[in-house]
Amino acid sequence: MAHAHAHAVKRRTGIMDWLTTVDHKKIGIMYLLAGGFFFLIGGLEAILIRLQLMFPQSEVVSAQFYNELITMHGTTMIFLAAMPILFGFMNAIIPLQIGARDVAYPFVNALGFWTFFFGGVLLNISFIAGSVPDAGWTMYAPLSGTTYTEHFGTDYYVIGLQISGIGTLIGGINFLVTIINMRAPGMTFMRMPMFTWATFITSALILFAFPALTVGLAALMFDRLFSGNFFDPSAGGNVVLWEHIFWIFGHPEVYILILPAFGIISEVVSTFSRKRLFGYSSMVFATILIGFLGFMVWAHHMFTTGLGPIANALFSVATMLIAVPTGIKIFNWLFTMWGGSIKFTVANLFAVGFIPTFVMGGVTGVMLSVAPADYQYHDTYFVVAHFHYVIVGGLVLGIFAGLHYWWPKMFGRVLSEKLGYWTFWTFYIGFHLTFFVQHFLGLLGMPRRIWQYLDGMGFNTLNFISTIGALLMGVGTILFIINILITMRKPKTAENDPWKDGRTLEWTISSPAPEYNFAQTPLVRGYDAWWLEKMEGNSKMTPVEPIGPIHMPSPSILPFFMGLGLFIAGFGFMYAREFGVVSLVIGIAGLVITFGCMGLRSWIDDHGFHIEEEEILKDQGVKA
Amino acid sequence: MKRLAPLMALLVLVLSACGREDLSALNPQGPVAQEQLGLMKISILIMSIVVVVVFAISIYVLIKFRRRKGDEKIPKQVEGSHKLEVIWTVIPIILLVILAIPTLKTVFSLSKDYSEDPNALQVIVTAHQYWWEFEYPELGIKTAQELVIPTDRVISIEAKTADVLHSFWIPSLAGKIDTNPDGNVNRMYFEAPKAGVYQGKCAELCGPSHGLMDFKVKAVEPSSFDRWQVAMLDTVELPSDPELAQVFESQCLTCHAVGEYGGSTFPNLTGIASRESVAGILINVEEGEKEYKHEDTVYNNLYKWIKDPKAVKPGNHMTDQYTLTDEEVAGIAEYLSTLTLDYE
Repeated sequence: MAHAHAHAVKRRTGIMDWLTTVDHKKIGIMYLLAGGFFFLIGGLEAILIRLQLMFPQSEVVSAQFYNELITMHGTTMIFLAAMPILFGFMNAIIPLQIGARDVAYPFVNALGFWTFFFGGVLLNISFIAGSVPDAGWTMYAPLSGTTYTEHFGTDYYVIGLQISGIGTLIGGINFLVTIINMRAPGMTFMRMPMFTWATFITSALILFAFPALTVGLAALMFDRLFSGNFFDPSAGGNVVLWEHIFWIFGHPEVYILILPAFGIISEVVSTFSRKRLFGYSSMVFATILIGFLGFMVWAHHMFTTGLGPIANALFSVATMLIAVPTGIKIFNWLFTMWGGSIKFTVANLFAVGFIPTFVMGGVTGVMLSVAPADYQYHDTYFVVAHFHYVIVGGLVLGIFAGLHYWWPKMFGRVLSEKLGYWTFWTFYIGFHLTFFVQHFLGLLGMPRRIWQYLDGMGFNTLNFISTIGALLMGVGTILFIINILITMRKPKTAENDPWKDGRTLEWTISSPAPEYNFAQTPLVRGYDAWWLEKMEGNSKMTPVEPIGPIHMPSPSILPFFMGLGLFIAGFGFMYAREFGVVSLVIGIAGLVITFGCMGLRSWIDDHGFHIEEEEILKDQGVKA
Repeated sequence: MKRLAPLMALLVLVLSACGREDLSALNPQGPVAQEQLGLMKISILIMSIVVVVVFAISIYVLIKFRRRKGDEKIPKQVEGSHKLEVIWTVIPIILLVILAIPTLKTVFSLSKDYSEDPNALQVIVTAHQYWWEFEYPELGIKTAQELVIPTDRVISIEAKTADVLHSFWIPSLAGKIDTNPDGNVNRMYFEAPKAGVYQGKCAELCGPSHGLMDFKVKAVEPSSFDRWQVAMLDTVELPSDPELAQVFESQCLTCHAVGEYGGSTFPNLTGIASRESVAGILINVEEGEKEYKHEDTVYNNLYKWIKDPKAVKPGNHMTDQYTLTDEEVAGIAEYLSTLTLDYE
């Protein structure tokens, strides 16, 4: 890029800085904030569910509201909390780990965030509008169709998720391209950090799994808005078709959630054991294999649908196979620690706590793969216990590990370790109290998604324990928020490598990273590039270029408006059933905003700007 | 890892109790549930080995290799070990093969089709929001909420739904099968060699009252079952008070049936007072034996249900379908509580 073409430095401040930013680090923080916000909403819904189930036949919430709570809890936690928080990590960390100055498509990155955000807001506005999705996060037809759900709940689900799904899909594509193209010189695929590998595979899964969801949601939308009859049996549609489409997406989704957590755990365990990740190449292979098998097992969610013995037999065995690569990962983590020097920071406590917990979720997964036994487990609290062990005991513990580990790199401040210990123990004990007993509730005959259970069934004590555990998890979460608030008041004093044992490239630059990440692109000489240099007595990476002006993308408000346009369009089309033309016009206006912004993006030539040498040198002078 | 001790204690406690005989999958009362529990035991056993190994290594590693104060040594950077990696790839595969063989065997054995078997009792189960219809096509009998079966025969189920998806589940006798709309009709079978009442549940989210969509399976001696058939097909008297009979016909029999009277779109009420429950969820007990909120005498349960169905099962289709004075509700409840079948 010729220097002369670029504009003068464009920088905005305050709120406009955040609305227009295309900087991956800021977008990462926005993902974490928005995801964290939705996590609190989903958590509140969970607490209400547990309060309702604390005692038999209680009426803390109504039956209808209860179904809304379980639907929104599942949908929010999966699509609006877990995935965005993971995207937050990917954004904040991946370019730093691979020695890049940004992601491949910064504009698209911002667009991904805003579509996710507006989709999530649309979904949650259903609470204010008074018609909330209530057919479960799986939205099985025909319950979700217009015959049995006359209110707009399903529409909020379909359109809200469709809009936020755009964000996920383009985010996944962005990270694929980034990781393939933007690695620093010397960083071959087999020298990539494990979190980068996990993100790479996850992005590939998103690329193949999300189109299935898009198609399913579009078909359900056609059913609801235009009497499409895809899933209406009375008009020749088929409800089992929805189950297939949903789970062809839904099962890979589980691995989209857990693989990045695996990546985080690999980084944290290795760092705080001061040891190279044991069996790196088998870890990479196992990750790829899990991703591949993840697409082959969707019908294990449908063993009781009645697909017949041959399908059930095949999907049973295919599901069992996933235990093999997962086992490889578990043992590799254990042997990374073996012979190491394990430091129990809060980040590492979460990582170490993750391993046995995830194993427990894994073994119940294998138990569930036994189809005839699943005829008993299916849709009971056993399943609820299983997937919370995997998602909370796996993913959420991984997220907490990652937050404590990378917090200094993202914000320049180290979270309080003392409060962190309290967070860990309350959350961890609360988690096991909540979900361990649920295995038995299921086996004793308690179905999931039930508003009330009868007294005298032998469910009372276990449900009570479960609710106490949930409250304890709530306490853990509040302690974490307090930790954030306290830490944010402290000065930004974190060093480049605050844990002293950092191994990867993100620990070679200041905390938080400067706008351009790397003043000079580093040369990568092996796996664990930074550790390698440290062991050879070097205090910094070898640069591959002299210090010079750095080309940066311009900030833009267009992604925000494109998201907003889709939000308005979704609203308009959804209510066309009730308000007719006015509503349609609003819908079309929304689309005009979105496509108009796309047009502007194409017509306006923007070559970005340069950060000049003086500024970079000044930064280094201050930081050094 | 201290947290494990109480958990294990709880595990022992719960497994020794195994739950209610009529409800728990851990306390099977028939061969199908027995076989399923057998598979659960195999998988629990194999998985316990895995859990114990992982926990043992974890505890050992975390204690042995924890960093001591002031320890600045750099551990040896090990790349991996082919030998170990082969071990933890091959052993799990062997364990899974051990688990897969009985799994496959049972998948096929439980899919056996008894629909043409003359010795099996054929039952068509149709799920509705929020009640269960049981039709015996060979016997010409339709009933609701309570599946009466003999102890000496295989029960061959054809399961489908009249509206949304439900799932037909009898934990202590068999697993479950989803009830799909026509075109995806499912089959399953089970046996109940021990006479008794077993709890059945809906296991697929079907609306607000999903959790209240219970039913009962009543297994009786073959001779009793024969008498039940006869009793079900016997004529039923309408209320003796002509005014009440008229109200009953115009308000209730438009949807419900007793004996040869009435419509068949909603639960058949023949012999309703002999059932274990009203509406599947209000358990009938003798006067003075009420222990829980959902238990009461047949009359009180019927009155409560007819008076305000939505208070018992939110979102059900009986709500607001009739207008009855309190006296009429009492009269109908009184009449229905006399509809008993003498067969046990």
